[in-house]
Amino acid sequence: METYNVVIIGGGPAGLAAAVSAYDAGEHSILVLERDTQLGGILNQCIHNGFGLHTFQEELTGPEYAQRFIDRLIERKIEYRLNTMVLDITREKVVTACSRADGVTRIQAKAIVLAMGCRERSRGSLNIPGFRPAGVFSAGTAQRLVNMEGYLPGRRVVILGSGDIGLIMARRMTLEGAKVLVCAEIMPYSGGLKRNIVQCLDDFGIPLKLSHTVVDIEGKDRVTGVTIARVDSHMKPIPGTEEHYDCDTLLLSVGLLPENELSRGMGVELSPVHKGPVVNESLMTNIPGVFAAGNVLHVHDLVDYVSEEAETAGRQAAAYAAGSLTDETGREIPIETGGGPRYTVPETLDPARIGDQLTIRFRVGSVMKDRRVNVYLDGDRVLSRPRRVMAPGEMEEVLLTRKMLDGHPDLKSIAIKVEEG
Amino acid sequence: METRNLTCIRCPLGCQIEVKMEGKEVVSVTGNTCRRGDIYARKEVTNPTRIVTSSVRVSGSRTGAVMVSCKTAADIPKARVMDVVKDIKDLVIPCPVAIGDVLKQDVAGTGVDLVATRNVE
Ligand SMILES: Cc1cc2nc3c(=O)[nH]c(=O)nc-3n(C[C@H](O)[C@H](O)[C@H](O)COP(=O)(O)OP(=O)(O)OC[C@H]3O[C@@H](n4cnc5c(N)ncnc54)[C@H](O)[C@@H]3O)c2cc1C
Ligand code: SF4
Repeated sequence: METYNVVIIGGGPAGLAAAVSAYDAGEHSILVLERDTQLGGILNQCIHNGFGLHTFQEELTGPEYAQRFIDRLIERKIEYRLNTMVLDITREKVVTACSRADGVTRIQAKAIVLAMGCRERSRGSLNIPGFRPAGVFSAGTAQRLVNMEGYLPGRRVVILGSGDIGLIMARRMTLEGAKVLVCAEIMPYSGGLKRNIVQCLDDFGIPLKLSHTVVDIEGKDRVTGVTIARVDSHMKPIPGTEEHYDCDTLLLSVGLLPENELSRGMGVELSPVHKGPVVNESLMTNIPGVFAAGNVLHVHDLVDYVSEEAETAGRQAAAYAAGSLTDETGREIPIETGGGPRYTVPETLDPARIGDQLTIRFRVGSVMKDRRVNVYLDGDRVLSRPRRVMAPGEMEEVLLTRKMLDGHPDLKSIAIKVEEG
Repeated sequence: METRNLTCIRCPLGCQIEVKMEGKEVVSVTGNTCRRGDIYARKEVTNPTRIVTSSVRVSGSRTGAVMVSCKTAADIPKARVMDVVKDIKDLVIPCPVAIGDVLKQDVAGTGVDLVATRNVE
């Protein structure tokens, strides 16, 4: 069996950043496994700009952002294998992968970084009555068709869901000559970034109908029309509010789900809220030596934070492989949320293992105005930041510093709360 | 006096900004929380610009790629976005292409070049 100290599953932005930071931490026995024909992950089809504003202070397109990290990987001569699908990982960290070139291979790792990204929620998980004619696409599929294969999947389009991919595709298909009639969102707020609503819908006069959903899809072989209706506070369609649109295409942009079949298979504990692994401050899962970062951990809207998070995971994986990150610390203090944040990543922390600072990321469950994000250590408020608007579509973060922690040497409880005032 | 309502996109706060205009002159900007919003709003009502991103066909790719993604090297007037898209519709670029290669000079007469945003062999 082959052996590598750090094996990284997935060659998207998370996997790339993890590999580079593990290398820079002194670990040179690294292998990245990617099932696709190229590195870069989802960024390859995200040809719009708006990536890397935080990291590079310029607006890059997805492929350009990916290339910067691919270059770093290649400069360091880090090993990677393309067209290699990971099929199984055991608790003992034996990775089984398969590729056309090498068949089935087994690799023993000392540490593993899970970086498999996410996939789109499918229409199966939606409850739309009617036939299942052609012309219903996930927004990501449409994105791949238009951007990479040069094929416009429809001319008159209705979009269900206001996730970022759907918004981006509203603009893209309009520019390619399609007519995007409406974007319907079942929630009373959009799931996408504000800048995308302005630049992808408002710029082209495409209406965004909040608290609306699709109630009927017409057409036998191909979609010929879609009916949408307003929903009440229980998300039930309100009779009499139906509106019909003649169209040949329905795009679904109804959310992303972390891709955790492999994690589940190996016994990694998953969060019922963010659907990714439950991790500690080192981004380590319940299985010692197994780390997670990027969209497999929780769905991100900005790739900059994916890279940042993955750098931590890579560095910690290198430390674990070198034996300098021990599993038994004894102290795993859960981060309490008191209702405001729906979840936090990490979920627990050990103050002894935190360097200068720790970034804690979270999302809120509904749109909130004029709040403060307060951080309490053993009931003492150590941080209080005003937030004018908070929305589920935008990830939040707080920075816990060494100094705050040093003020509480016998720390027993940590809480992050979103409070009025 | 004319009033324009905008959503600032310079940060996630997304302030609702109201701009009062007298002809082409900005009279007042309100609703922004910070200076960046003021700058954004004045530019958006007097000279709105966008970077255009798209993809165009390639020929002779060793890896079988069909398209190369591209962008305007700088922002162009918003009103010219469609002209750019039309101007590049029938482009076919021979491979290899590298990030930053100029695919079309002075695209649609905007004075800005169209450049590749991806390496295709
Ligand atoms: C449409 C869209 C638009 C976006 N727009 C923006 C934007 O404007 N600005 C911004 O900053 N961010 C944006 N993002 C967010 C950002 O691009 C993502 O958060 C980021 O790419 C996630 O990186 P990742 O490495 O976690 O996942 P991915 O990029 O999905 O990479 C995961 C990789 O793992 C591989 N993999 C999965 N399973 C296996 C397996 N079993 N074996 C081997 N390999 C496997 C996959 O093939 C893939 O290459 C956007 C995202 C999407 C989807
Ligand atoms: S005005 Fe300032 S605070 Fe408001 S959205 Fe714009 S950049 Fe953000």
